[in-house]
Amino acid sequence: MEILDFIMTNLDLLGRLTLEHIGLVAVAVGLATLMGVPIGIAITQNEQVATVVLYVASILITIPSIALFGIMIPILSTIGHGIGYLPAVIAVLLYSQLPIIRNTYTAIHNVNPGLREAARGIGMTNVQRLRKVEIPLSVPVIMAGVRTAVVMNIGVMAIAAYIGAGGLGVLISRGISQSDPRQLVVGAIAVSLLAIIADRSLLSLQRKLTPRGL
Amino acid sequence: MITLDNLTKIFDTERGVVTAADHINMEVPQGEICVLLGPSGCGKTTTLKMVNRIITPTSGRIMIDGQDTTDQDTVSLRRNIGYVIQQIGLFPNMTIEENISIVPKLIGWDKSRYLKRASELLEMVALDPAIFLKRYPNELSGGQQQRVGVIRALAADPPVMLMDEPFGAIDPINREVIQDEFLKLHRELKKTIMFVSHDIDEAVKMADRIAIFKDGKLIQYDTPDDLLSHPINDFVKGFVGRDRALKRLQLVTVAEVLESESSVVTADDSLATALQRMDAAGYERAIILVDGNKRPVGYVSRSVATTTNGNCGKHSFNLRTVVRPEDDLRTVASKMFTHDATWLPCVSEHGKLMGTVTQRGITHHLGATYKTSRVEGHDLQHMRVAT
Ligand SMILES: Nc1ncnc2c1ncn2[C@@H]1O[C@H](COP(=O)(O)OP(=O)(O)OP(=O)(O)O)[C@@H](O)[C@H]1O
Ligand SMILES: [Mg+2]
Repeated sequence: MEILDFIMTNLDLLGRLTLEHIGLVAVAVGLATLMGVPIGIAITQNEQVATVVLYVASILITIPSIALFGIMIPILSTIGHGIGYLPAVIAVLLYSQLPIIRNTYTAIHNVNPGLREAARGIGMTNVQRLRKVEIPLSVPVIMAGVRTAVVMNIGVMAIAAYIGAGGLGVLISRGISQSDPRQLVVGAIAVSLLAIIADRSLLSLQRKLTPRGL
Repeated sequence: MITLDNLTKIFDTERGVVTAADHINMEVPQGEICVLLGPSGCGKTTTLKMVNRIITPTSGRIMIDGQDTTDQDTVSLRRNIGYVIQQIGLFPNMTIEENISIVPKLIGWDKSRYLKRASELLEMVALDPAIFLKRYPNELSGGQQQRVGVIRALAADPPVMLMDEPFGAIDPINREVIQDEFLKLHRELKKTIMFVSHDIDEAVKMADRIAIFKDGKLIQYDTPDDLLSHPINDFVKGFVGRDRALKRLQLVTVAEVLESESSVVTADDSLATALQRMDAAGYERAIILVDGNKRPVGYVSRSVATTTNGNCGKHSFNLRTVVRPEDDLRTVASKMFTHDATWLPCVSEHGKLMGTVTQRGITHHLGATYKTSRVEGHDLQHMRVAT
């Protein structure tokens, strides 16, 4: 009851924090996709480079988010953004690299060699082959990587409240510091719900983007 | 015309070097089908893929119509060579129409032209454009996909086609149908074709020339008939099979060995007349009975004619089967065995008697090309016993 009351009286706040949260994750994962997909494609050209890149990306993901924020504070302070929006986005950007690069790499790498050969044999240039064959065929797997990144980082972004980035994590951190279970529970539920909804809607987007014949 | 000049490919693998193609020299004349044949791993695919530079030769040259392909831009070279890969390779994300239109689009045809072409090509292989244009590859049967694979390679009307076991993935019955369709198409289009197969029957059926490979070397390059009648060594002999004399039958049609039937009888002729005519024409066993329209309806056997009186109509036997002039002799031989016959009448489209085909005639025809080789005499004997 108390919780419902809290929600009803703080709808405005809840809405604002949710939008903030979505905005942060969307910008960060969006940028990560723009970066990770080309990297994933590029490393299919060289196995050794691929191994190194994937290794680095998987080390990045093992750094606890609190530690990552800690590392970034002195670095980003030099440009006046030690805390807040920028480090939060950068952290999520880095964490997203592994699922996005790995899925892109795997998808392109696993395109049926027969189709790749048919594309070459027909006289497509490398760029045409990527655009017309390899990328369309890889869309489902690449999108699955983006989904993983989004869901994972909705959680990470909740912690970014501690460095003042805003978002639903604000409720959680306040809940803890003010010993207010209402805020804590509402914040936690909101983050989980957001993750589930994001996953669902990205799944339907993935279906829309998947070429019909697949 | 495709010319391979000392074409060599050496693969450097972890387990040492593999010579997949070893100084191959051959020429595929304009408008002919050349089948590359040989056991698995002998270098057929490697040789084929060097022609469109999917694989870069280690040494040697390939000329298409006399022009060295080494200096040509690979992309434009490939757009002038139709390529059908072993695994069909239709793009699953594109409709049949889009798949067929790829090359025409790449080379800049306008839309109405390539759309028209796609419909035209589908019709050529007996697929209804109204049904198939908008379908995706996974909505087609294996045989239909293979047909589309072939017409996609034909789309921009390239003078040269490379086909790597294009009909490998189809069941034997449909394979025959597609082979026939393809041959019909080829007679119209007259492309210069290199075709990989590991099936000697397919090779004999499709090829103007067969190239037999072993361990990267070209062992023999000949017409199917020469290959079957004069295999140059035990390897080729083993590869073409012990029944190669029977396979040669496939290369000959009834029309080529047809003996005209000057003497026949009608239902009203007496058996005595039948006997007389058999004697006069030298027919040992029987004479054909025809109706008023010259259609064979039965036969009168010599044994009946010598022992019985009466007219031919009453004492004839039914014909068990007939053949057509375009049938190949393998089919005929099979019918002869099935019906225990030493001869069969051949009829025209309208059922009129055109002549007969006899076991002796068939053996004779095969024997004619064997005379040059003493060893082959043995095989001919074998044939005689078998038939
Ligand atoms: N990319 C490659 N790297 C190393 N060796 C190769 C490569 N491609 C082919 N080979 C080797 O070259 C030889 C010839 O191969 P190729 O594919 O031309 O055979 P094929 O006659 O087409 O056989 P199949 O009938 O099985 O398709 C084989 O020994 C094969 O292992
Ligand atoms: Mg092969």
